Amino acid sequence: MNNNKLPAWINVLLLPLLNLALALAVSALVFIAVDVNPLDAAQLMIEGALGYQEGVGYTLYYATNFIFTGLAVAIAFSAGLFNIGGEGQAYIGGLGTGLVCLLLGPSMPFWIVFPVALLAGMAFGALWALIPAYLQAYRGSHVVITTIMFNFIAASLMVYLMVNVLKPEGEMSAVSAVFESNAHLPMMHDILGWFGIDFVRSPLNLSFFLALAALVLVWLLLWHTRWGYAIRALGSNPTAATYGGINPKRLTVIVMLISGALAGMLGMNEVMGYSQQIRLGFVSGYGFTGIAVALIGRGHPIGIFFASLLFGILFQGGNELSFEYANIEREMVEVVQSLVVLFSGALSLMLVKPVEKIYLALTASRANQANTQEA
Amino acid sequence: MSDSRPNQALALELRGIDKRFGDVHANNNINLQVPKGTVHGIIGENGAGKSTLMNIIYGFYEADQGDILVGGQICHIPNSREAIAAGIGMVHQHFMLVDNFTVLENVVLGAEDGAMLNVSLRKARKELQRLAHEYQLDVPLDATIDELPVGLQQRVEILKALYRGAKVLILDEPTGVLTPQETDHLFRILHSLRDQGVTILLITHKLREILAITDNVSVMRQGQMVGHVKTSETSKEELAELMVGRKVRLKVEKQDATPGEVLLSTEKLTYTDSRGVDMLKAVDLEIRAGEVVGVAGVSGNGQSELMEVLAGILEPTKGEVKIGSNRITADTPSSAKLVREMKVGHVPEDRLSMGLVKNFSAEESAILGIQEQPRFNGQWLSKRKDITEYCQGLMEEWDVRPRNPKLRSSLFSGGNQQKLIIAREVDQDPDVLMIGQPTRGVDIGAIEYIHKRIIDMRDQGKGVLLVSVELDEILALSDRIIVMFDGQIVGEVAADKANERILGMMMANVIPDELKQADTAGEAL
Repeated sequence: MNNNKLPAWINVLLLPLLNLALALAVSALVFIAVDVNPLDAAQLMIEGALGYQEGVGYTLYYATNFIFTGLAVAIAFSAGLFNIGGEGQAYIGGLGTGLVCLLLGPSMPFWIVFPVALLAGMAFGALWALIPAYLQAYRGSHVVITTIMFNFIAASLMVYLMVNVLKPEGEMSAVSAVFESNAHLPMMHDILGWFGIDFVRSPLNLSFFLALAALVLVWLLLWHTRWGYAIRALGSNPTAATYGGINPKRLTVIVMLISGALAGMLGMNEVMGYSQQIRLGFVSGYGFTGIAVALIGRGHPIGIFFASLLFGILFQGGNELSFEYANIEREMVEVVQSLVVLFSGALSLMLVKPVEKIYLALTASRANQANTQEA
Repeated sequence: MSDSRPNQALALELRGIDKRFGDVHANNNINLQVPKGTVHGIIGENGAGKSTLMNIIYGFYEADQGDILVGGQICHIPNSREAIAAGIGMVHQHFMLVDNFTVLENVVLGAEDGAMLNVSLRKARKELQRLAHEYQLDVPLDATIDELPVGLQQRVEILKALYRGAKVLILDEPTGVLTPQETDHLFRILHSLRDQGVTILLITHKLREILAITDNVSVMRQGQMVGHVKTSETSKEELAELMVGRKVRLKVEKQDATPGEVLLSTEKLTYTDSRGVDMLKAVDLEIRAGEVVGVAGVSGNGQSELMEVLAGILEPTKGEVKIGSNRITADTPSSAKLVREMKVGHVPEDRLSMGLVKNFSAEESAILGIQEQPRFNGQWLSKRKDITEYCQGLMEEWDVRPRNPKLRSSLFSGGNQQKLIIAREVDQDPDVLMIGQPTRGVDIGAIEYIHKRIIDMRDQGKGVLLVSVELDEILALSDRIIVMFDGQIVGEVAADKANERILGMMMANVIPDELKQADTAGEAL
């Protein structure tokens, strides 16, 4: 992705950390502006996210969402496609998972409901990406525009379905019936309990492991298979890909389907894992945050893992922060998140030039010293 | 360069210019003296540092050390505005013109004086008419750039530089896009500029042009000046040796061809692009076993489209392609994959945009097009080790340097990238090899080797289709030459009857007299 003259460790490690530091420094100014000591706030955020078991549970639960949506954006991006529709694909994917849980839950055992719900979520998410993908590949409508529009369509469709179809009679809010217990994903505290490990109750559930598996599978797919080769060729140089016998149109559709399926898996965590019912607006921005996660993670599964963790911390720590301080609203926390996105995503190249200059100056002076020593 | 007295008669002098990019020593203590009113050639292989040096003179880069003297005065040139102020003008390889502006507007662009455009335009028109008259640089001032042929566009660039008061004119590979006739015309212009006292710095890798036009030549190799010679006292061979650092055989040794059966042919092949322009118009051609068919033409006359249709990348609009027993028409599906399976190899004209993926490692680029072959793939995962070994093998055989399959493709020099691509295509043992611009941007040492391998392919009974804008190359390698103009085949010449003049005329869509008879004889058959 980078065409600068810096060694990998600077590109992969130092630059993202510098960007993050810069974002946090500006955030500190914002906290000072509302009379909150930024150091206290930082301490509270970190402790709230990592300092006790429930906090860790929440952090990883949020991270699970970001891994799914981050991977969805990243895999499309490695084929040169900017899938902005993770939000809608996750929403419809969650609907698929939820419908399976509602329909099969009463009659089928968990080991049937689970795989069918997973596949349904992936299929529904993929389906929601299919039309934009087809339009991009064969009709030339830009996927950025169409996926954004499909987010709105998904939102409206879900309002209709929730209010008119899925809401049980007598229910006041727009939620579906609660799934039967055999359509619940095992919670992490239960899973760890089976192994005799005590873990406090949290929304963290089995889908965290699904997310980890997805990370590994995407990594294998992209860098260790011929299909990944084709995807990356298409993303780096479509002309060369065509020359190499790759059908760019077909591959565009396939990659978007995979991307939609990954976003669709979010429903496993939110619907089948956490709320155990379909709720209106359960995606609540995770799809969009996935774009930032993929950008900060540089499209690589390892990067996405850490970026998801970072955003998990920001979400969970941010919640604690707004509980604690009267003058910190939820929106303040979003400011911090936005600054991280701004500096790590949009402005990520800002520091490349200066760092490159410093690095070259340092190496040149070292080379000169070596030369004079030789002489 | 023993003469270090300040010299009033020097238009341009460089003293100890030094420039590093990280570890790369692009210019190493460069000294150069260019007398006023001469044409001075700078020659060197790709990556020898010519462009860096010119960019330093023109203010795109600043030198780490050293002085630039213009007319005997030390000049500090931090940007191109200062360069222009010092009387230095540059004509870039790729023209810097606004297509839908008129010639006049282009010349004035960036050199307007006053707030009102009309005033500057009126002044410029007068001045340009004077310049055009003085240097025989006639250009229709009110035509827009996209109406003009390339040769005239180049004249606009020259006018632009002169209008800004250039006394030293740098031309970077000026003949790359010109027909031989246009090149001759350019040289006449340069001569008349020189006679009027303008100093010209000509950067090129074409030895023939250096000998044809320059007064003095400086040769660069690996960032250093390795020789300054008077053109009248040197030869192609000596210059080539200076450039490469060893003796080079410039002629391609080959026996007469013994063409066999037809391997690939086209019938009334037509291709219409997405704008609705016919880029290929009813092209008929044949490639036989054991021959090299050269395709000459000014670039942009359908050669690229011909290659891409034959390679399955573009689909024909009308007509058909026959490859062995296979046919490709508008109605049959065609893809690069299918054509490759018909044993047709393709070395694309533009290696960076098609032949490889710049940010893939060399080993990944080495399997582009053959990435699905079973030897590189298990059932699920690719066999990374086998891919590395395959690339290593190609690198050994073709002497690709550095021999590092993990290195990013973009970090190899042009010649080594090209060797890797040709190696990949030749290694598939195709029946027909299509090869576009095999030696564009490739250094002389590698050219020699690539040419030898192309002739080897022919001698093994393969059919070779060679597309090149270098007439020297077409003439040296081909057994038959077809010339394309405006999507059509103007005519065909046997290699032993062809020369530059004949091909040059055909490239401008003029059939030379000596071919007309042959044509009618052909029709009588």
